[in-house]
Amino acid sequence: MGKPNRILILFAHPALEKSRINRQLIKAVRGMDYITIRDLYEQYPNFHINVKLEQELLLAHDIIVFQHPFYWYSSPAILKEWQDLVLEHDFAYGNNGTALHGKKFLSAITTGGSEEAYCRQGHNYFTIRELLAPFEQTARLCGMEYLPPFVIHGTHQLREAHQLARYVDHYRSAIAMFRDNMIEWEQLLQHKHLNHYLEQVINKLESPLHVQ
Amino acid sequence: MSNENFFFQAFVYLAAAVITVPISKRLGLGSVLGYLIAGVVIGPFGLRLVGQEGEEVMHFAEFGVVMMLFLVGLQLQPELLWRMRVPILGLGGLQMIANVVLLSGLGMMLGLSWQPALAIGLILPLSSTAIGVQTLTERGLMKTEGGQSAFSILLFQAVAVIPILALLPLLSTNPVAAVSHTATSSNTLAGWQQTLLVMSTVGGIVVGGRFLMRPVFRFIAITRLREIFTATALLLVVGITLAMQAVGLSPALGTFVAGVVLAESEYRHELMSTVEPFQSLLLGLFFLSVGASIDFNLILGQPLLIFGLIIGVSLLKSGVLIGLGKLFKLDWNQRILFAFALVQGDEFAFVLFSFAAQSKVLSENLAGSLIAVVALSMLLSPLFMIAYDRLVAPRFISQSDEREADEIDDNENSVIIAGFGRFGQIVGRLLIANGYPITVLEHRPAQIDLLRRFGWKVFYGDASRIELLYAAGAEQAKLLVVAIDDSEQILEIVKLARKHFPQLKILARAIDRSHAYELIRLRVDAIQRETFGSALDMGVDALKLLGVRSYKAHRAAQTFKQHDEEALSEMAFVKDDHSALMARSRQLTEMLEQILQSDEREANHEVDRAWDILAQQTETN
Repeated sequence: MGKPNRILILFAHPALEKSRINRQLIKAVRGMDYITIRDLYEQYPNFHINVKLEQELLLAHDIIVFQHPFYWYSSPAILKEWQDLVLEHDFAYGNNGTALHGKKFLSAITTGGSEEAYCRQGHNYFTIRELLAPFEQTARLCGMEYLPPFVIHGTHQLREAHQLARYVDHYRSAIAMFRDNMIEWEQLLQHKHLNHYLEQVINKLESPLHVQ
Repeated sequence: MSNENFFFQAFVYLAAAVITVPISKRLGLGSVLGYLIAGVVIGPFGLRLVGQEGEEVMHFAEFGVVMMLFLVGLQLQPELLWRMRVPILGLGGLQMIANVVLLSGLGMMLGLSWQPALAIGLILPLSSTAIGVQTLTERGLMKTEGGQSAFSILLFQAVAVIPILALLPLLSTNPVAAVSHTATSSNTLAGWQQTLLVMSTVGGIVVGGRFLMRPVFRFIAITRLREIFTATALLLVVGITLAMQAVGLSPALGTFVAGVVLAESEYRHELMSTVEPFQSLLLGLFFLSVGASIDFNLILGQPLLIFGLIIGVSLLKSGVLIGLGKLFKLDWNQRILFAFALVQGDEFAFVLFSFAAQSKVLSENLAGSLIAVVALSMLLSPLFMIAYDRLVAPRFISQSDEREADEIDDNENSVIIAGFGRFGQIVGRLLIANGYPITVLEHRPAQIDLLRRFGWKVFYGDASRIELLYAAGAEQAKLLVVAIDDSEQILEIVKLARKHFPQLKILARAIDRSHAYELIRLRVDAIQRETFGSALDMGVDALKLLGVRSYKAHRAAQTFKQHDEEALSEMAFVKDDHSALMARSRQLTEMLEQILQSDEREANHEVDRAWDILAQQTETN
């Protein structure tokens, strides 16, 4: 199995106290070994991001996760501010900017709209992968491998506790699998969304996956 | 009593308490049992250090119960009392009725005629307020549902004593004796006059408490003579006691009413912390004298009867309470808690049984046995609470943890702000605007007047006194904001609070830099230098007027702040070596200048070019 991957979750939600899903998701991965969570709005309420510290954190991890609700087809503002400030020239890009090379990048997002809304016939017209293109390209520019995103659709319809619990379970499993290198990376990249891959793997295992 | 004798007595009582109570507490038996046992030890059936005068002491010490009701009243605002009307009337009333019916029935079955049976049925259901409240408070159970229910019943009983006292002579099998006795209390007045007198006395307490006492306390507070404030508080309680006795009412009820009335005044916490030590000592003395008064001859003469009665009465009383708890939808453990807290007989039962014997309702012998039953049940009641702690509570732990969130409104807030001048007010307003109620302590009467006129609930008191912090609820509170303007006193309060309330998070106002160092060294949870925030904002204004763009000025201030706060916490631990401090300080300032100005230089060329280069590169790829 080798060395575990260290995972940095950059989490952005401006009103976590009102969140139903993101709160559950972040709770599910909190306290796991080799996982670091940065709650950006809690850390930097006035957007004054400590660039040096954030860069050091990036260097100390192998997989970088942006977890956030999908606002206006993008991230909440602080995550953009984080990108603007932390992904500096000569650190993340540029001739000498190779600090992030070889790391992996994952978007974990929640959207109000249903899956069907994100296609040519739907009212959002573009697919999620299309809309996430700026993140994908950011990862590419920084020399990181972009993984298929983890997406929870139709958050307004998720009223039942067990529906939500299934997603929370999947997220926790995914993070644990990434950490323990239990992913068939080649196979994963075939999928548009991480969710599809997870369902396949978890169905194959028949019994629900229990990771500590 | 000669002077010497008085000191000897005082020595005996104090020594008994000092030796027994800590041991009892250590063994987990609680203070009440400790006092009672100490009383037995020094009493006529122990070391015979106190004899007949024990009874006198008991009468004097009953004043402790009066004070306790005053304190209980201070913790209950009228609206809270109003909200408790259902449990008080419902639980209290039903408890009384059910017990009267069952106990009188039992008495008649045992061959008593209906009059003495009813008298016993009226007196035995009463439970000791002193023991009940003390044991519940000691365990921190007063604010649980069970604790509040128990208290509601005790409150109802405190009022019920008055009609019982009036009713007893009517039950006399020897009317002549009864008439001659009742004559003492209301001989010269007709019934309606008596009623009028009672109404006007209670009305006087309410009106006086509301309108007269506040200016008086204010006048005293301005003099800043602590002992005169104490004297005034005691004078108030003693005065009410005399007035109530004069019209034949329970003094405890009178002081309770006064307490409730004053619960809304700004002097609430100061009064609580002033009266509390007297109350505790007197109550201890009271328990001691109860212990000393237990007549073991009588018990040993008819052990089966006495113990049979104790067991029977205890079972009956707790059975009724558990049943009522079910009716009022209490949880199982809460039901057991409040049943166990009220098993014991009432100190007032001593008075009532003696009175019943004098009125020829009960025979001397029967009354004596019943008094022994009540006294012994008081001795046993702490054991019930121990049983609760050891056997019942552990089984319900997980459940009570879950319920913690919807605990009954405990009347004290989770945030205490000491000092409500220009600094504390801003903190307080922000908290209130966000729906967090606060308890405010302020020591300038003029300031309190002003704030109260604006509708603020502010309490008088010097927050550097630990008793006042206790009275303000610091034991249950989450936060203490120290916002007074005296740097020495701030440090003093912080140290005191740290020592006594380890759970409390402390936020302190720092007057200047060296004061901030000291507070950091005391590991205060949050520190704000009083002028730092506004001065920094003005720095931003200045930069903007110099032509710096507003966002850049804002960011510069943020960087400055972060840097300065880091430096502050570092410098706090640099030893008091002045030159080392200066050197390090100069070094840090230079670093900051470098950071702020390097930002400027870099911005011009390199980054922009990098974007271009990369753009070209990615295109060629």
